[in-house]
Amino acid sequence: MKHSSFFWFVLPSALLMLTFIAFPIISVIGQSLYQEHEQVIIEVESCGPFGCSVTEAVDLEATEALREAQPLGEWAGLAIYKDRNHLAIAEVGEAWTSRVSTGDFFGSLMNLTFYRALAFTLTYTAIVTPLTIIFGFLIAIGVNAVARAMRGPTIFLSLLPMIVTPIVGALVLFWMVDARGVLGTALQWIADDPTLSVKASTPLMWIMLMVYGIWSSAPFAFIVYYAGLQTVNTDTLEAAMIDGATRWQRIRYVVIPHLVPLTTFIALIQLMDNFRVFEPIVSFSAQAHARSLSFAIFNDLGGETRLLSSAAATSVLTIIGVGILLSPVLVRTWRDFGKQR
Amino acid sequence: MLGTAVAALSATGALACEADGRVSIIGNEFPAIQTVAAAAGECSGIEFSSNLTADHQTLNVAGMTGDPAEYTTAIVANSSIVALINEDVIQPLDDLVAEYGQDIPQQQLITVDGKIMAVAFMANAQHLVYRADVLEQIGADVPTSYEEVLAAAEQIRAAGIMENPVGGAYAAGWNLAQEFTNMYLGTGGEFFTPGTAEVSINNEQGVEALEMMKALTEYMNPDYLTHDSNATSAEWEAGNVALMNMWGSRTGVLMDDEGSEPVVYENTMVGGPLTVGDSGTPANTLWWDGWTVAKNISAEDAAATFQAMAAGSSPAILDETTMSQAVWLMEGYQPEAVNEGVLASVAAGSTPYPMRPFQGLLHTALGDNIADYLQGNESAEQTLADIEAAYTAAATEKGFLQ
Repeated sequence: MKHSSFFWFVLPSALLMLTFIAFPIISVIGQSLYQEHEQVIIEVESCGPFGCSVTEAVDLEATEALREAQPLGEWAGLAIYKDRNHLAIAEVGEAWTSRVSTGDFFGSLMNLTFYRALAFTLTYTAIVTPLTIIFGFLIAIGVNAVARAMRGPTIFLSLLPMIVTPIVGALVLFWMVDARGVLGTALQWIADDPTLSVKASTPLMWIMLMVYGIWSSAPFAFIVYYAGLQTVNTDTLEAAMIDGATRWQRIRYVVIPHLVPLTTFIALIQLMDNFRVFEPIVSFSAQAHARSLSFAIFNDLGGETRLLSSAAATSVLTIIGVGILLSPVLVRTWRDFGKQR
Repeated sequence: MLGTAVAALSATGALACEADGRVSIIGNEFPAIQTVAAAAGECSGIEFSSNLTADHQTLNVAGMTGDPAEYTTAIVANSSIVALINEDVIQPLDDLVAEYGQDIPQQQLITVDGKIMAVAFMANAQHLVYRADVLEQIGADVPTSYEEVLAAAEQIRAAGIMENPVGGAYAAGWNLAQEFTNMYLGTGGEFFTPGTAEVSINNEQGVEALEMMKALTEYMNPDYLTHDSNATSAEWEAGNVALMNMWGSRTGVLMDDEGSEPVVYENTMVGGPLTVGDSGTPANTLWWDGWTVAKNISAEDAAATFQAMAAGSSPAILDETTMSQAVWLMEGYQPEAVNEGVLASVAAGSTPYPMRPFQGLLHTALGDNIADYLQGNESAEQTLADIEAAYTAAATEKGFLQ
């Protein structure tokens, strides 16, 4: 392709990506490097239906001039990244020097907001991603073996978890695992413990969030694999059958090698999605037990006083995290691409 | 426009309000606010719209920052007005009060540093709600302190009436922080070093407040960290709870005959504010809800908004259905049994929720960290130290601390 035709061909999508992806990210990075101006605190009398009292307030006139001069705020550099609510450099150093044992160090680390959120996010990603791929693959194999007449309805049913709005799907599960719900009562019966409550236990809450994550994203892996299964070379399969290969051997030596490139694709998408886990934590009211990086961003923006810079810093750290997670897959794709040429 | 038409059809004709301009309301969603917004919309000659949603706090600053502002008025409470004042998006109402609001009583006017910033129309507070039949069964008086609540709860459990007789909105986040705020004020604690934004809760009172909260949770449904006000109300209506600290604005729903058995709603009674320890200060906070006028709007729209909202919160809106919706601050308000808890709180000298610009940051830090202590993961002192550290980092970012 000529350079000029290539240029005009990609220009529209390049422009869209710049406008909707690159510029917002640059703006977020910018925001994370600034903090608010010093707010001059004065004591004022405020009165209302319950009488008068002296309370602290911000001297607006004193801060207005500063705001006008530097509307972005005060340059903070990496200060927000280093503070206790993010990377907590000082606190981590302190925990390391004063540690009694490695376990003690990790205990202190888990007491810091960012690292605790990171721990949950990574655990969630590490467990949900492979299980999603495995379950998606099993469902695809299963559906592919169903009689042709039944496939339409089976595919529809298998896709339901993805069709249901995430918040609604999570809420349904949340009510079902309530101590008085269907699943909650069943769990109590199985465990023979009438006081067992999923919502009161951190490990059970983590498991529930992950079960929900697998339930809601397995259909995605399924549909990709199912499409891939339709392109498996039937000659090879028949040849394998004639050679006496069992069903398992056919899957292992013919189907799986054929689907490997798709696995890379699914892994890529799922790693990104799972690292940004958010909705189930809100739906399950799980914030006492589990927080993710995305939830931390939401929490910063949802309070009565919005913490824009803090949210921006966590966003940038999340993007970096996604980048690190994806790098092995990306490197691999790049190498494969190189080989083909 | 449809809202205006519907409201006009049901109008009693008691309101005489005529103005010319745009009126656009952003506010929380509960019956009393819906009444005020509907009455404001009845004003003739205005271009009216309203957006009442539980997410109003995430919308109001953004919706009032533009010029002209999308919302001409925000209905706020004493906690949420500070964000609007800090962002400089609402205007002082002194001139408008002088011109159109002569008959608004002084006690409804919220002044900050001598300037009228809002007009309050209702009061709210959390207070004891109890089941009279259950207390009668165990032969206990109505508790006035959390210590008595614990004693009664133990008796109820021992008598086999209820397994988890205590309720409370202890959902991690805003609700949990609110319960600590109540309890800490009840112990006589001060949140900040006066005159500064330096937090000071890692003290005896802080530990006392946390310990009392933990003692109460022993008698709560084990899922308490996921129970917000709605879920707690549902537990009450299901008949699982006999004692709880609940918002006055939500007790009407508990005492009506919808959603629960007669034995529950007939025996649902309202008590006063509870105390903790011997400080004498009730362990709850007083709240007002009121309306403001946006800064970035034309003088014409500001005047129309003021007139419509003044009409919407005038004594004329009080009738049989609206009377029990809230503790109204307007003249002509007749309290009903359901509202006694809030009035008792005012009488007992409860502390208003602080109108400090940085109180919200502490509230967020509280809501994020208290669950660790209640779940037994760490000591009270460690939790309080974590809260202080999280607050300090956030307050530094916002420029309150250097």
